[in-house]
Amino acid sequence: MQKEFLFSGFGGQGVMFAGQLLAYAAMDEGLEVTWIPSYGPEMRGGTAHCFVVISNKPIGSPVTRHPQAVVVFNNPSFTKYEGEVAPGGLLAVNSSLINQESRRTDISVLPVPATQLADSLGDLRMANVVMLGAVLEVLPALPPAAIRRALEAHLPERRRHLLEANYKALEKGAEFARSMVKSA
Amino acid sequence: MTKELLKGNIAIAEAAVRAGLEAYFGYPITPQTELLEYLSQRMTELDRVFLQAESEVAAINMVYGAACTGARVMTSSSSPGVSLMQEGMSYIAGSELPCVIVDVMRGGPGLGNILPSQADYFQVTRSAGHGDFHPIVLAPASVQEAIDFVGLAFDLADKYRHMVLLAADGQIGQMMEPAELPPMRPLQKNVPDWALTGAKAREKRVITSLYLKGEEEEAFNLKIQKKLKQIKKNEQRSVEYATEDAELLVIGFGTAGRIAYSAVEAAREKGLRVGLLRPQTLWPFPERRISELADQASGCLVVEMNAGQMVEDVRLAIGGQIPVTFYGRTGGIVPMPDEILAAIEESYSRLQIAV
Repeated sequence: MQKEFLFSGFGGQGVMFAGQLLAYAAMDEGLEVTWIPSYGPEMRGGTAHCFVVISNKPIGSPVTRHPQAVVVFNNPSFTKYEGEVAPGGLLAVNSSLINQESRRTDISVLPVPATQLADSLGDLRMANVVMLGAVLEVLPALPPAAIRRALEAHLPERRRHLLEANYKALEKGAEFARSMVKSA
Repeated sequence: MTKELLKGNIAIAEAAVRAGLEAYFGYPITPQTELLEYLSQRMTELDRVFLQAESEVAAINMVYGAACTGARVMTSSSSPGVSLMQEGMSYIAGSELPCVIVDVMRGGPGLGNILPSQADYFQVTRSAGHGDFHPIVLAPASVQEAIDFVGLAFDLADKYRHMVLLAADGQIGQMMEPAELPPMRPLQKNVPDWALTGAKAREKRVITSLYLKGEEEEAFNLKIQKKLKQIKKNEQRSVEYATEDAELLVIGFGTAGRIAYSAVEAAREKGLRVGLLRPQTLWPFPERRISELADQASGCLVVEMNAGQMVEDVRLAIGGQIPVTFYGRTGGIVPMPDEILAAIEESYSRLQIAV
């Protein structure tokens, strides 16, 4: 079992944190995991991405050309990575900010209005966690409780007051994904 | 002990602290800056020496000075910064001083870029400074191995009174993986008997790299060469995967070796008899083991993130016994497993396998 995730969006959208949260949860579940950021000359407002590989065996390459799950938060990320999703894989799209539609028929596409959902919870910054909640509902690489435990264990002290809000964001995303699957 | 999710640069820094690092001197440069940043807080917390120098040239000379006192000392940089340090590194080698230098390599030549690279293989194994010497060079492929090699680096440095380079690349520095840190070692109590500690009530000691007379310089060189010969005999290290019946032997170090592992796994799934050897020491190069494996394999493929540097050492080790092919990416491009797999299939198809 190996699962590869690519998270991509504007700097400041919490792309790195979404990947790290997944990585922490995988580690806590006793799995092997790697997390790699893009660390080129990115800046706030530019695009940034991170790669997460989760496996039950030692991980060789921490990067892959065609990840099984690609989670995009903005238009430039959609343009760049839509074509890279592995056949049969998942493309999760922040439909609040992305106005493009995938024409690929060999992958599942999950549009999530993550920014709007986060806004409805009262905090735009939660779009990343909303997305993660939705993605894990469709691609159950880890149980949702593992992400909750990872938040509990690894959310830095200065963000501690946001713990409940993060739980809610996770659930909001999962709920939305469930409603999508039902209506599909 | 439990595993933590650690970034390579931070893991190396904390591993050095736990290995008894007493003094660190450095200058920021991507992709290793987190290492220095972390130590700026951690070392002061522990009341140990942290100093951000005005340049890499100054930093390495501070390392030189601190090493003279017998302290456990380290610096870290990335490719262009290491170029600036080479003069000091040569003086340290010429004075037989132990120290650890971390090189988180990036794309070059020149300012190049900040992406992961292995283009400084020649620099670290061959030309770490003028004069006739090689540093010991350790090449980790994971965060855990980087941690383990930091402790090993300090021990080897002390054992041989020699410089040890930890040759990582931007990917190892930036990647997070679950890893386990060792327990904190106590700071060394005994200062070595060659260290400069103030000559009050004892004979004076001299640490120098200056030997004006040819005979004296030659005697010193022979002493270094004798030491290097010992190191070559004792310290060759490598790890292997699926080499038992391999017809094609793939060799790669660090990040390239790790990605090659995925490609070799995929080749095995296709039924190809392919194995991997990943050198952990670049100097001394694991030539003994490679030579043994060349006796049973029909061909060898070397994979690097450069235009072909370690491949020369592989050819020396194999001595023309089997054909050696090369696949590399340059400029900070990290090869994907599928392109290494394609190179494996290409090399494999050309093998003359005796049935």
